[in-house]
Amino acid sequence: MIYSMCFLLFLVGLYGVLTKRNIVKIILSVGIMGYAINLFLILIAYREGAGFPILTPAEPSKAMVDPLPQALVLTSIVIELSTTALLVALAIKIYQKYHTFDIRKIRRLRG
Amino acid sequence: VIAPSFVIIPLIAALAITLIARNKPRFAELVTLATTACLIVLSLSTFLVLNRQGIMLYEFSGWQIPYTISLVVDHFSVLLVSMVSLLVFAATLFSHHYMRIYGGSWNYYSLILFLTTGMNGVAFSGDLFNVFVFTEISLFASFALISFEGRAAQYEAGFKYAIMSFVTSTFILFGIGSIYSMTSTLTLMHIAYISPEAMGINVVYALFIAGFGFKAALFPFHFWLPDVHSSAPSPVSAIFSGVLIKVLGAYALIRLFFSVFDSPRFPLEVLLVMGTASMIVGAVMAIPQNDIKRMLAYSSVSQMGYILLSCGLGTPLGILGAVYHMLNHSLLKGIFFFNAGAVEKHEGTRNMDLMKGVRNPILYTTTLLGSMSISGIPPFGGFFSKLIIVMAAIRSGKFVYAFLAIAVSVITLGYYLNMVSKVFRKDTEEEMKTMVLAQPAKLAILTVTIVSLAASLLFIPGIRELTLDKIVDSIIDREAYISLFSEGMAR
Repeated sequence: MIYSMCFLLFLVGLYGVLTKRNIVKIILSVGIMGYAINLFLILIAYREGAGFPILTPAEPSKAMVDPLPQALVLTSIVIELSTTALLVALAIKIYQKYHTFDIRKIRRLRG
Repeated sequence: VIAPSFVIIPLIAALAITLIARNKPRFAELVTLATTACLIVLSLSTFLVLNRQGIMLYEFSGWQIPYTISLVVDHFSVLLVSMVSLLVFAATLFSHHYMRIYGGSWNYYSLILFLTTGMNGVAFSGDLFNVFVFTEISLFASFALISFEGRAAQYEAGFKYAIMSFVTSTFILFGIGSIYSMTSTLTLMHIAYISPEAMGINVVYALFIAGFGFKAALFPFHFWLPDVHSSAPSPVSAIFSGVLIKVLGAYALIRLFFSVFDSPRFPLEVLLVMGTASMIVGAVMAIPQNDIKRMLAYSSVSQMGYILLSCGLGTPLGILGAVYHMLNHSLLKGIFFFNAGAVEKHEGTRNMDLMKGVRNPILYTTTLLGSMSISGIPPFGGFFSKLIIVMAAIRSGKFVYAFLAIAVSVITLGYYLNMVSKVFRKDTEEEMKTMVLAQPAKLAILTVTIVSLAASLLFIPGIRELTLDKIVDSIIDREAYISLFSEGMAR
């Protein structure tokens, strides 16, 4: 159930990328796709009734969720952050050159 | 000890340029040249070490195999890395004059070294998630390099490429997550050892084909390549077309589908059909182009189609053809984009119809040699690799694909000769201008030409057994690849 919600979020992002006309909205949709994947990775790691994956002296042998996807998510958040920063920088430059955010009007490359 | 140095040396050099060589473009250029020359020597000597020791494994920071992040060195990845270092070296030489008019060219050299870091990392990585991370490193550098000249069209191309490649990167990450949920591991050798057979594995194949196929400019995803190539500075186009689309796209696909998954039928069929489609579409779209770099870009789409079609056949002969064509095509595209850059500088336009005609013996000879080689005229490398691809298609009974490959290579000859005649031959001899080529650029073009002529010698049986056959063995020999994991577990 929750996996399909996560997949739905991914599709929402993909829909946004494909149909929106405004550059800023496209960047936001790409961000949504990234969040959906991060959520998916966290869901993979989830185990029923397990705790956080840190060994404490109080409970030396408890059930833990899988820590590896959480490490992946940290890395992928960093990558997404830098991608978003780069995309926004490009968007600012495009606005300076074309004076619009509408991708229908940004068409110098054809063929 | 060898494997991490391929990633660390360019990374340190790139950081050193941003820290030390600020506003000293000469110094930055020297650092880049020294680094890439060092990488060329290192990768060639790694070939010799590999012949003695066989496939090598490097485990990061002392962790043992099931827990470690690993780097794997085999013949295929070393071939890719030596191609990368050679082309980056030549591109740096060529940039000496080409990049002089832009400010801040130390930035440019630093970005090129980051690109090299990412590509070397992808070629050596033995960990699925690290393939993704290194892909992203080289993509970031490439977005910045595309928009380096800072005109409106460059930003547009950079933005288009950045958005689409980020979307496809999320596809790859989705696939990685699914693989992890099936196998609980990310080490490539461990995944090969388990060889997952679950229901959803076809979805994962589809995600990987979409993700890496975009980076390889496979047919429905080929639209970014012409925009990017015509916008980027010429030496960067040479690196992109020569190695970036091969390392991030074709190499990753071959590594995943042959070494990791046991050459499954469905994705190979898809590669076969899509590869043929991009071969035809690229060739047909290249004919009406009058922008020289757009034409070369569509030709790249077409030649990548040959490579992926040959992979899709799935036979050892097909893989041999793919690897050999990869090598030939990367060197030839190096020549073409360097020449296109020199011509563009001289004429002040990329439109072939407006060009007045260039008179320069070196440019003319190398372009003509390259055109004959890429369209498959006998004594050159391109002929032998296309011959192997056609032979492989006939041996596996796919006569239609063999026929299409031959037909497309005739079309290729047509549009390349058209390009040569438009750029170098004009009816009125007086209008043609003699062009003086800067010494480093001359050196770069000649180096790549000589290496590409030498690459055609690799077809001779005695030499082929020592070089190409070993590369093919390293791809199809899954037992050796898996044994890296099982031996590591036994330790």
